[in-house]
Amino acid sequence: MPITRGFAGRGRSGRDSRLPPGQFDAGEDWPVLHVEATPSLATKDWTFTVDGLVDTPTTWTWDEIHALPGDRYEGDIHCVTTWSKFGMTFDGVSVDTLLEIAGLQDDAAYVMARSHTGYTTNLPIEDVTDGHAWVVWDVDGAPLEAVHGGPARLLVPHLYFWKSAKWVSGLTLMAEDEPGFWEQNGYHDRGDPWREQRYQGD
Amino acid sequence: MALPTPWQTATVTDIRAETRTAKTFRLELADPRRHLAGQHYVVRLTAPDGYRAQRSYSVASAPDDRAIELTVELLPGGEVSGFLHEVVEVGDELEVRGPIGGFFAWDDESPILGVAGGSGVVPLMSMLRHSRAQGHPDLVQLVVSVRTPADLYYAGEITGPETTIVHTRQAPAGSHRPAGRLSAGDLEPILDADREIYVCGSPGFCDGATALLLDLGVDTHRIRVERFGPTR
Repeated sequence: MPITRGFAGRGRSGRDSRLPPGQFDAGEDWPVLHVEATPSLATKDWTFTVDGLVDTPTTWTWDEIHALPGDRYEGDIHCVTTWSKFGMTFDGVSVDTLLEIAGLQDDAAYVMARSHTGYTTNLPIEDVTDGHAWVVWDVDGAPLEAVHGGPARLLVPHLYFWKSAKWVSGLTLMAEDEPGFWEQNGYHDRGDPWREQRYQGD
Repeated sequence: MALPTPWQTATVTDIRAETRTAKTFRLELADPRRHLAGQHYVVRLTAPDGYRAQRSYSVASAPDDRAIELTVELLPGGEVSGFLHEVVEVGDELEVRGPIGGFFAWDDESPILGVAGGSGVVPLMSMLRHSRAQGHPDLVQLVVSVRTPADLYYAGEITGPETTIVHTRQAPAGSHRPAGRLSAGDLEPILDADREIYVCGSPGFCDGATALLLDLGVDTHRIRVERFGPTR
């Protein structure tokens, strides 16, 4: 491993054990990074669809998804651009609840998450089931702002945050993996921050 | 599928000050790779005990340049930008990987309009340099918003018939446009239905510029945005 001349690292004094390698604590900031124009999406136009390898392809409106049993994530999030945020609270519905209603078929092994903007990101099914993923609309008690993916986004907090698709419109269950938007552009297929899986080949 | 880009060694061959807070680092790559204008590289620093820090920086140089040039804004408390500004000298070796990023890259054939705020000009400068080097300067139009004349990157090179400079806090002496935020009036005269629009800058700048463009009737699918977050 090549040592960089003169580099000691100033970011790690009292480094928080919640920080994965190469990340810094963004503190109160919540940096925004997406490549599309921020869409203005009315809740009356928002829908969420689960399709592909399910028994009953299902679409929920804003009111219908809110009528499902709610669920909460409390914890940290990590962006591939090296910031992390600690102690966030997101409210929404567990992806488990949605998949249970739609009925997973046996050969469903991957999901493609889709956004109302056309953004996509791929995930293995293990990363969105068993309490690992949510569709969320409130953060720290307030509605999620459009720049952060509101009215609702996917939340997969144990992976880098590009997996947590903003303005999420649905999940398509697939038998084979396919790369999503960033994954086609050189980013890692899984994106585990603790293994620093930022780019293809990491 | 983009090919994995491995880490490689780059040698710093030149360092230039662009403004009081921005420096351009010219890097010779051990394994040169052709980039698309608009792509970025990751720079990784490693301490003797294995501690690492890495950040992404857009390439400012044109694809046909033999080396790559990264322009780095010094951020308050910035671990990587501070090290690059204060410690790195010509002759040093840095670990880099790239080029990375496809969505904000320019195909070098379609006419485009770039709208940049401050340091957001870096990837768009690569596009302008490339269009000029190819003898098609008309392909890239730029609007660059800066606080004062002293904050303009590439000041000796960027100006020309393709470029409109907008000053938000202090306009140069003799300027016809008073200092003020980017407005619809700055964009409307150069909007052209054929051009894809590349917006780059701080999140606030990008959202403001995007809102102006949408108000002017630009279709959202013609706009590509790259936000430079406050990564330290």
